[in-house]
Amino acid sequence: MAEMIVSKFFYKKEAAPLEYYKKNGNGYAALKKALAMKPDEVIAEVKKSNLRGRGGAGFPTGMKWSFIPKESKVPKYLVCNADESEPGTFKDRAIMTYSPHTMIEGMIIGCYAIGANKSYIYIRGEYVREAEYLEKALEEAYAAGMLGKNIMGSGFDCDMYVHRGAGAYICGEETGLLNSLEGKRGEPRVKPPFPAIKGAFGGPTIVNNVETLANIPWILNNGGEAFAKMGKYPNSGGTRLYCVSGHVNKPGIYEFECGKVTLRELIYDHCGGIRNGRKLKAVIPGGSSAPVLAAHELDIDLDVEPMMKAGTMLGSCGIIVIDDSWCAVKAIKRITHFYAHESCGQCTPCREGTRWLEDVLHRIEDGHGKEADLGLMLDVANNINGKTLCALGDAAAGPVLSFVQKFKHEFEEHIKGGKCPNA
Amino acid sequence: MSKKLLSEKFYSELKKIRPRYPINQAALLPALHLAQAEHGWLSDEVMDEVAAAIDIPPPVVREVVTFYTMYNLKPVGKYHVQVCTNISCALLGAEELMGHCEKRLGIEGGETTRDNKFTITEVECLGSCGTAPCVQINDDYHENMTPERMDKLFTELS
Ligand SMILES: Cc1cc2nc3c(=O)[nH]c(=O)nc-3n(C[C@H](O)[C@H](O)[C@H](O)COP(=O)(O)O)c2cc1C
Ligand code: FES
Repeated sequence: MAEMIVSKFFYKKEAAPLEYYKKNGNGYAALKKALAMKPDEVIAEVKKSNLRGRGGAGFPTGMKWSFIPKESKVPKYLVCNADESEPGTFKDRAIMTYSPHTMIEGMIIGCYAIGANKSYIYIRGEYVREAEYLEKALEEAYAAGMLGKNIMGSGFDCDMYVHRGAGAYICGEETGLLNSLEGKRGEPRVKPPFPAIKGAFGGPTIVNNVETLANIPWILNNGGEAFAKMGKYPNSGGTRLYCVSGHVNKPGIYEFECGKVTLRELIYDHCGGIRNGRKLKAVIPGGSSAPVLAAHELDIDLDVEPMMKAGTMLGSCGIIVIDDSWCAVKAIKRITHFYAHESCGQCTPCREGTRWLEDVLHRIEDGHGKEADLGLMLDVANNINGKTLCALGDAAAGPVLSFVQKFKHEFEEHIKGGKCPNA
Repeated sequence: MSKKLLSEKFYSELKKIRPRYPINQAALLPALHLAQAEHGWLSDEVMDEVAAAIDIPPPVVREVVTFYTMYNLKPVGKYHVQVCTNISCALLGAEELMGHCEKRLGIEGGETTRDNKFTITEVECLGSCGTAPCVQINDDYHENMTPERMDKLFTELS
């Protein structure tokens, strides 16, 4: 494995204290360096690094930061998205457990770069222990003068707080998250205005994923250019944490330079292949919202653009591996149940469409499907896709469309045979 | 004014939390977490007191509470067993695990045992898919679960 940036401390010390981070990881040297630069120079360094957001959309981080207006009559904010609720994704939890200070240091640097004096970590409510680790890390950072007034004598002030969610997938979507931070229902907002113009409490706001922010200290310490050099493709620097789950021998989190590993290599060379000597059936490569790939489609570099070219997405890097003991209809039925459950209900195509899809998938899996059902599902999914306020609609439709397309024979078997062949 | 249902500790914690935000309502989620930690669930009376404590209208509290799955609108058992049955856990036997829990406790998902010890709920992805199946009991995760390990836990907790 190449040099590890984000997983360097994984599985070493739970709630690794500040002293540990300083001794073993150059801790807070990057912040010191950043505070000696002009905010614009920090943004320029991040731009140079070609760091792309790790939350799902892969948006260039430096460019996002540069959208924040320099002058603002209302306070600006930086919010860390620690909602991690995309099924198949479990990397942010490891960062917060083993490397909380890396992310906090990245956040303070981000605040300085965009001129925010207040910052929140929005963490999903279920992560009770991780929220405690973060509270402890924040306390340590305050005590050491890395947070609060006049940080390291720079004149820059910054406060940071943990804000716990309360169970809702949609609060991972950045504007749903902001509403939830404001104490409202986590319903996504109409965009524009984008958060960089009008975000938390009406102020210009950056929302970044945990892993994105955990890369910032390395970039400051080693320079944007060194980061940009890592990875196979020119517009995507650094490493990614690939979360592998499902039917592999060695599930877990694997860090590689962006795009330098293919899906096949990851599954067979690093995760020990498929369990119990079974054969691979399908891979969902970017969290459950990503269109599925069939077993013969594995020779793809794991980076944003190659995955898009292959008709799917890298998303949150949650790679879900399904072997031939599982029924494709059952898998997409479970996934669709999730989207129907989590649809916030604001947009009719998503609210009604996801439930309808779930109903149809239920009856096919139970052996009561009709021949017209395949066409019906495509029609419903196409009427959700691109027709909603936020991307949850697309996240529900894409997987259904891809499963029906790639495993059509299984759906037909269910309908013709009047039962699930696996049942 | 009727007797307060929430403790001194609730009010002193809330006092610490409120200044973190520029508006009152932003303190609502943390306040509800604190209130639920004291009562185990959010009754109408508790919700009204939370509304008064942060000075927002009671209907707003209800509107928010009903959006989130972690706020309990009825009492739960001493141990709230939450079994993830989302895809990565399902692939490794979570549905069977859920069935096993239901059988062992003699209740169905969403119900509480008669002695108020256990509530069992099917939940969505807990962010522990690499160590599936995952079961959250109150605040703690239990990973790589099997029916045997589940039985052991039930025995320990009974
Ligand atoms: C339905 C939905 C759920 C999302 N969930 C998450 C999440 O759990 N964590 C996350 O970081 N981003 C999530 N996102 C993406 C965020 O909206 C946002 O793009 C991201 O936090 C930006 O951070 P980045 O630029 O650092 O990637 C989600 C998006 C959608 C549409
Ligand atoms: S699918 Fe169960 S923890 Fe993610």
